[in-house]
Amino acid sequence: MENTLIQRVYVWQLPVRLYHWVNALALFLLACTGYLIGHPFAIQSGTEAYDNYWFGTVRFIHFVSAFFFFFNFLGRIYWGFVGNKYARWENFIPTKKAQFEEIKDVLKVDVLQSSVKPLESIGHNSLAGVSYFLSFLAFLFQCVTGFGMYSAMSTSMLPKMFAWIVPMMGGDFAVRQWHHVMMWFFVIFSMIHVYLVFYHDYVEGRGIISSMAGGWKFIEKDHHKK
Amino acid sequence: MNSSPLTLWEQAQSQGVSRRDFIRYCSWLAAAAGVEASAIGQVVHAMENKPRIPVLWLHFQECTCCSESFIRSSHPVVSDIVLDKISLDYSETLMAAAGFQAEKSLHDTMKKYKGEYLMCVEGSIPTGEDGAYCCIGGKSAVDIVKEVAADAKAIIAWGNCATHGCVQAAKPNPTTATPVHKIISGKPIINVPGCPPIAEVMAGTIVHLLAFDRIPQLDSLGRPKAFYSRRIHDTCYRRPNYDAGLFVESFDDENARKGYCLYKMGCRGPVTYNACAVTKWNGGTSYPIQSGHGCIGCSEKDFWDNGPFYQHLASFPGFGIETTADNIGVAVGVATAVGITAHAVSTNLRKGKQIKAEIASSEEKEVSSNKRGA
Ligand code: HEM
Ligand code: HEM
Ligand code: SF4
Ligand code: SF4
Repeated sequence: MENTLIQRVYVWQLPVRLYHWVNALALFLLACTGYLIGHPFAIQSGTEAYDNYWFGTVRFIHFVSAFFFFFNFLGRIYWGFVGNKYARWENFIPTKKAQFEEIKDVLKVDVLQSSVKPLESIGHNSLAGVSYFLSFLAFLFQCVTGFGMYSAMSTSMLPKMFAWIVPMMGGDFAVRQWHHVMMWFFVIFSMIHVYLVFYHDYVEGRGIISSMAGGWKFIEKDHHKK
Repeated sequence: MNSSPLTLWEQAQSQGVSRRDFIRYCSWLAAAAGVEASAIGQVVHAMENKPRIPVLWLHFQECTCCSESFIRSSHPVVSDIVLDKISLDYSETLMAAAGFQAEKSLHDTMKKYKGEYLMCVEGSIPTGEDGAYCCIGGKSAVDIVKEVAADAKAIIAWGNCATHGCVQAAKPNPTTATPVHKIISGKPIINVPGCPPIAEVMAGTIVHLLAFDRIPQLDSLGRPKAFYSRRIHDTCYRRPNYDAGLFVESFDDENARKGYCLYKMGCRGPVTYNACAVTKWNGGTSYPIQSGHGCIGCSEKDFWDNGPFYQHLASFPGFGIETTADNIGVAVGVATAVGITAHAVSTNLRKGKQIKAEIASSEEKEVSSNKRGA
């Protein structure tokens, strides 16, 4: 049966969806293991060091996730240049007047809820775009500081490329401290992000949650006429 | 002062040092400088042919712990280097001269060995109030450093003071204490941080200059790679406990007695570049971690500001001494959760009607389409 009111729009291409879930999983692992690295729990044990390796394993998971996270991120940057119009960079950095208008509207309608007029965008709305851009900057910061620290225990090329950050920030301590502080950005971001995704799904009913799985959103057919 | 300075070998001979002892000494120097065994010949050759290097050792805002460390170097020959083999022409602590005599000696050396002398700096240099916080012989430390550096062959900055500013430069840095490398440019500067640096590291650095006539390989912060390329943590003997996740929880617990890792006691080993865990202190006797205390990061920039020393994360600036980034993170997280809940409630208040209406109209349509289908 053909639906007369709703139209399916293919918004998130496979690389975007893949990126999203690899990123979410890697971040989850990084934040958990990172927190543990900062606060290892206490084991009062009579065993010898050679019987255990749990902390080494935690760090290992952190580093493996870090590599996945990094290359996944690079992939997304690439896709920002070659992907469909919803995946492109213009969505993340507002430059046009319409985008700034939309940011104002989103603030009014969704955040402060002082207005109930329906909103237009099919891909990310402009405010969401900006918040993802900020999170990309935070990704970059974590990668640079993380690999900067990693360079002290590695001879491979990739971490060495980031070694400059250590003297720039004044030493490993500062790098580690800010790397740790940034973890909280991701915790807060994820809380708000997941809430908002559910919020939009609930209020707008366009299937936004499943859009990150299958790629499709459901948009009113008269959308463009408005 | 000699008109033609003796070579080190000549001077050793004049003190009755045997050839065997001389060679042994050279081998030790080579080891201290961190070069491979095949380079010993080069060291011997240099010692036989090179005149002593004149050294000017300046003291500014400091506690003299670097000098103290240096003269306690374990190997007897190290004191030889200080007192005989390199000629220490000016050092407020060690020279015999005083007052005008000392100033004269300083200027004589600067003139006579223009471009050849080695300048060592111990202490930071206050630049606030035109340098008035530290004056020697009527001149400010800033002026002295600039004057002496102008014709120096190379500069060694001893200790955390001269390389990073140490405690004088800790917030709020009232005297604007400044390390050497921020004042002098265009001269090779070797940074030898630590509070104090290890005697053998200091000796090794000087020996390298002495024997090879060139500065040792330096890292991006100007530190000799031979001593500062690894973190305490990389060679710490407690490291297996770190990897195993066996940590001391308090200084008097069972884990401390077992010698577990001091990470949770605030050990700065993972973020500190120094040779303590390899070279150790007092002739290889021990180093802080071996004595049960975490590293405080004394060779790192701003280590005084990164406290408290006994907690892993520094306190967050502006939030009180025991407040870490995690306390703040949790607070912001709770605030966010409250905000989200408030927003969710508000959503149902403001948009509930709209959503209900949509649901109702959808049900109507379903009913009508079902009817049509039937
Ligand atoms: C983007 C998400 C990331 C988060 C949330 C995160 C979080 C953390 C946290 C909280 C710590 C503990 C800091 C401390 O208190 O000592 C840590 C340590 C560390 N992280 Fe990350 N990190 C992330 C990404 C990365 C990346 C991309 C790398 C790159 C290799 C990396 C490398 C490291 C290293 C080397 C350490 C120090 C571990 C050690 O020396 O034991 N991290 N991370
Ligand atoms: C259950 C968990 C999650 C769900 C259901 C979810 C869902 C979504 C959806 C539907 C979008 C598209 C939003 C839009 O239309 O503007 C999106 C985008 C995004 N999400 Fe998530 N997300 C989840 C977890 C996370 C986590 C943990 C992170 C990382 C902190 C994250 C980071 C992002 C980013 C960076 C984008 C932008 C995607 C792009 O265009 O590259 N998400 N997410
Ligand atoms: S005691 Fe300090 S330096 Fe040694 S392994 Fe533990 S954290 Fe590293
Ligand atoms: S262990 Fe750390 S604090 Fe102690 S002397 Fe060495 S570098 Fe300095």
